[in-house]
Amino acid sequence: MFMIGPIGFVAPMLLLGLIALPILWILLRAVPPAPVRRRFPGVALLLGLTDDESQSDRTPWWLLLLRLLAIAAVIIGFAGPTLNPQQARDGRGDLVIALDGTWAGAPDWQAKIDRVSALLTEAAASERRVAVVTLTGLPLAEPLPFAAPNAWQERLANLQPQPWQPVAAAPYFVDQGDFETYWISDGLDYPGRDDLLAAFEAAGNVTVFQTPRQVTGLRPARFEDGEVRVSAARTPVGAPSETTVTAIGLDPAGVERALATVPLMFEAGQQVAEATLDLPPELRNRITRFELTGTRSAAAVSLGDDALRRREVALIAGRDDREGLELLSQLFYLREALEPTADLIDGNLEDVLLANPDVIILADVAILTDIEAQGIADWVDQGGLLLRFAGPRLAASDVGRRAEDPLLPVRLREGGRSVGGAMSWGEPKALAPFAPDTPFFGLTIPDDVTVTSQVMAQPDPTLADRVIAQLADGTPLVTRKFSGDGQVVLVHVTANAEWSSLPLSGLFVQMLERLAVSTRPATPDATELEGTTWQPQELLDAYGRLQDGRDLAGVAGEVLAAGMTGPQLQPGLYAERDRQIAVNVIGPDTVLTAAQWPARIAVEGMDVLRATALKGWLLTAALALLLVDLIASMAVGGRLRGPRADVAAAVLLAFFIAPDAQAQATEDFAIQATSEVVLAHVLTGDPEVDEVTAAGLLGLSQTLFRRTSIEPAAPMGVNIETDELAFFPFLYWPITADQPLPSREAYGKLNRYLRSGGMILFDTRDADTARFGSGSPEGARLQAIARSLDIPPLEPIPADHVLTRTFYLLQDFPGRHASRDVWVEAAPVDAVQIEGVPFRNLNDGVTPVVIGGNDWARAWAVTSNGGPMFPVGRGTAGERQREIALRFGVNLIMHVLTGNYKSDQVHVPDLLDRLGQ
Amino acid sequence: MTTPLTLRSQAETLAAHLPPLLAEAEHLASTVLLGEHGRRRAGTGDTFWQYRPAQNHDAARSIDWRRSARSDARFVQDKEWQIAQSIILWVDQGASMGFASDDHATKGDRARTLAMALAVLLIRGGERVGLTGLRLPPRRGSLQLQQMAQILSENATTDHGSPDATGMLPHSRALFVSDFLGNIDGVRDALHRAADRGVKGALLQVLDPQEEAFPFDGRTIFQSMTGSVQHETLRARDLKSRYLDRLAARKDELAQLARLTGWQFHTHLTGQSATQALLWLYGALERRR
Repeated sequence: MFMIGPIGFVAPMLLLGLIALPILWILLRAVPPAPVRRRFPGVALLLGLTDDESQSDRTPWWLLLLRLLAIAAVIIGFAGPTLNPQQARDGRGDLVIALDGTWAGAPDWQAKIDRVSALLTEAAASERRVAVVTLTGLPLAEPLPFAAPNAWQERLANLQPQPWQPVAAAPYFVDQGDFETYWISDGLDYPGRDDLLAAFEAAGNVTVFQTPRQVTGLRPARFEDGEVRVSAARTPVGAPSETTVTAIGLDPAGVERALATVPLMFEAGQQVAEATLDLPPELRNRITRFELTGTRSAAAVSLGDDALRRREVALIAGRDDREGLELLSQLFYLREALEPTADLIDGNLEDVLLANPDVIILADVAILTDIEAQGIADWVDQGGLLLRFAGPRLAASDVGRRAEDPLLPVRLREGGRSVGGAMSWGEPKALAPFAPDTPFFGLTIPDDVTVTSQVMAQPDPTLADRVIAQLADGTPLVTRKFSGDGQVVLVHVTANAEWSSLPLSGLFVQMLERLAVSTRPATPDATELEGTTWQPQELLDAYGRLQDGRDLAGVAGEVLAAGMTGPQLQPGLYAERDRQIAVNVIGPDTVLTAAQWPARIAVEGMDVLRATALKGWLLTAALALLLVDLIASMAVGGRLRGPRADVAAAVLLAFFIAPDAQAQATEDFAIQATSEVVLAHVLTGDPEVDEVTAAGLLGLSQTLFRRTSIEPAAPMGVNIETDELAFFPFLYWPITADQPLPSREAYGKLNRYLRSGGMILFDTRDADTARFGSGSPEGARLQAIARSLDIPPLEPIPADHVLTRTFYLLQDFPGRHASRDVWVEAAPVDAVQIEGVPFRNLNDGVTPVVIGGNDWARAWAVTSNGGPMFPVGRGTAGERQREIALRFGVNLIMHVLTGNYKSDQVHVPDLLDRLGQ
Repeated sequence: MTTPLTLRSQAETLAAHLPPLLAEAEHLASTVLLGEHGRRRAGTGDTFWQYRPAQNHDAARSIDWRRSARSDARFVQDKEWQIAQSIILWVDQGASMGFASDDHATKGDRARTLAMALAVLLIRGGERVGLTGLRLPPRRGSLQLQQMAQILSENATTDHGSPDATGMLPHSRALFVSDFLGNIDGVRDALHRAADRGVKGALLQVLDPQEEAFPFDGRTIFQSMTGSVQHETLRARDLKSRYLDRLAARKDELAQLARLTGWQFHTHLTGQSATQALLWLYGALERRR
């Protein structure tokens, strides 16, 4: 190839054409431009005038230069210039380009594809047949798909890495004939790689392409001692590095977000890094997966399964018939303690057993029927945790007196004991520190936890082993025995505060947590999985993205038990009935090893200087030059006048300036909406309603301007689909029966608007014919629209609501109709009545919505000359109603703009009073 | 385009803008516009002009006894001199008047509109208006306007027309509208003959802005509107200054000619407002009556 500097030419002979340029110069110079014919009445005055210079017909030199440049660009362009042309690899015969195609290669997959593309270009130059395969996605049924390199270029985009490693790929390449192999490696060792190498070497030369880069994999998180432990492995082991693990889950609103992050430090020379996440149980229960931040790979994601789920706890009390006295209920403190961290199940024992909860709590239940007892015993044997609390009934019963009850960890003495009461000796007993081998070890015991009554355990040879908490005098407080896979735990005091102050303390919660945490469901083992079919729920792709897997066929439990990821078992979340198992790329013990190549194998890097063909650029430049020449020669020839000049200018401008009209419009809207206070209404699409609403807001704006210090600009109509809402403090939304529902984006915008302190006044305009919620078409539409809005609980405007006194003192809120059904956000139940006003701080005390049907806009509406647009009522009473409607509008806008300031004003008399003293 | 009907309506529209010369009217209104033309001097007429002391030559019956009875002297009531004037118009209908550049009106349209507007004003003012030649002698009335519009709408086939000096009443007024780019001999001849008969008037040269600016460049072949005359140049820009010189010389010649014969000369560009030209015309015909 002919080279000039870094540029090579495919057809250098064409460059000889450049010699012709000077000849062209002379030729072009000699030819004058074609004349323009022009009608001109003044020609009579021109007759006899001759041209001054004989040279005037020559084309100007700069125009000539322009044309010559264009022609030179064409000549050079067709000569096929190439920047950084590739020196072809010498090689003959068939070529196989094999990519590992594992998750480890996902982060720089594009670079690999680029490299393959470059290799294909070389192969095309030497006319070799090529087959490109990924070792994770071999076409096992067919022979190697040899084809022309250019055909492969088009199919490269279809190659994708897979979230598993090659499985038994070597036999495929045996007996496929002789070929040379380019192996694009992900740099990670995996089982069977040596066999592959042997198979390739048997067929011909092998060249390996790989870049040394660090591969990091996140191992599944485990729970230990109430903490989440996350760990990650890396290869190659080297300098210390730091990465971050993010725990991701659904927030209470159902939106996926990062719940916690923890830094993960790889020490120098260490392959594994570990960190602990100490999270409140509420947060911990929400985690669905962990991710290594900044890495796009399946190994950077670790899905959580049942092990991360909330436990199901069934609560059963002995006495349900007791009325009132909630604080004395056996289950009150248990509910309070467990509610945030567990799913509570209520019901009678038989139903509860069918639900197969993780924990059953029996609070002072003494008598169980034989069937119930048998059911519980079976359930405990299968891994359930039975937690029993003592109480008067248990103490009074004969359960566990003579022989050990299977559902009690110890035999009980008759009657129990009381200490520290009015009729007994001694002080109330405190708790002894927890022994190291008990699940409670490490919990600190508050001083004020005392026990006044308890049931007593019968001394027994096994008793010492079964006590896991005891009082200061050595009597057991909590006993436990294992039964089958499960356990039975007895707390020797009541679950309420009758016998001890334990349920009142934080220790109670911590003890419950320790007990319940230690019974998290374990991953099912192989025997349990046998014969089951697991349906993929969400599958991981090689880049670590989750994809819906519900339309794929189920996976047999045996495959799942083997845990070997591959085409048959893609990493992801699998479910059977209500159980879930996560299959992750990296197991708890996976060790990552870098691929080692024998010395005889040539290893090349990934970097490639791309050969850039300049032909297209040059031809484009030639075209552009010719366009400029077109305009320039028109200008020189005097034809660039009038509309043509405009067109030419537009063409030139279009080259340089991209129109930005849309942004300009948005900006204008923003400036208009924010330069002054603007009342806005939602455009319904019904022109009449929109016009009336605009007139109504104009009337209200004028009233505000006249009477108050609020001086709004002209109201604006807002399209909730396209316009930004955040600029407006107040939106008036008239509901029409045929209004389209907002789109999902619009709903998002509206909810943001409501949460950030905006107010929407919904007006169904039907109070004359319908009562609130009585199913008028507008009412039904409002319900449909509001279903997806974040609207708090509502109540009719109470007589002491701040809306009744923000500017005027009002009792009614009429519009054109005078219904009293106007609803605002309900005061919280615990709102303190200060001076008769529920005092709240949410959203600055502004209700986010006001809903009614009084058709306020029509009452406010003014015509262009300032008179009212619609009649209201009859005579003086009607005018009074209009006045009250306007006052309601004034109050409303005051309320929106001043927030809780006005509701604070009700304290002014008190404050003045105090200042006076 | 230029049907009699549209021409008439255009002219009426233009004339309507001058609610009989209200623009500069206040001091002229009573005399210039209403009824017969007052001459601002005593003469025969209907309206009162002044009382003057009776002279010897005044007949006794011309003495105003009612006025004289209030004093010792005798007074004669003078009437204002009122007389209707004849105005003859000539509008060049040659093909060169059909030229228009950009989105301006053609020169011919502008010339006809101006002439018709003037005619409308004059007839409203009680004058008699006609065309040169013998086809439409000066008369009054709206029928005259219709006929005039009819005749003005015709187009000639030659490049340039030349004024017909026949049919001019002695001591009447005349208005010639043309671009005056063609042979000037016809104009000179007509003006001399008009001057011979004591006819005074105005020359209005209507030009297109391009004809004044000559914004051409490059190799160009200029053709007259009928294509009968053409001139080729290789660099039109070089011709500009010489063309403009010649145009100025032509205007000078016309102005000189007008001065000699006591006429008024004005150049109007179609890019300018027509009202402006109409005002000038009105003034020019008014001034030296």
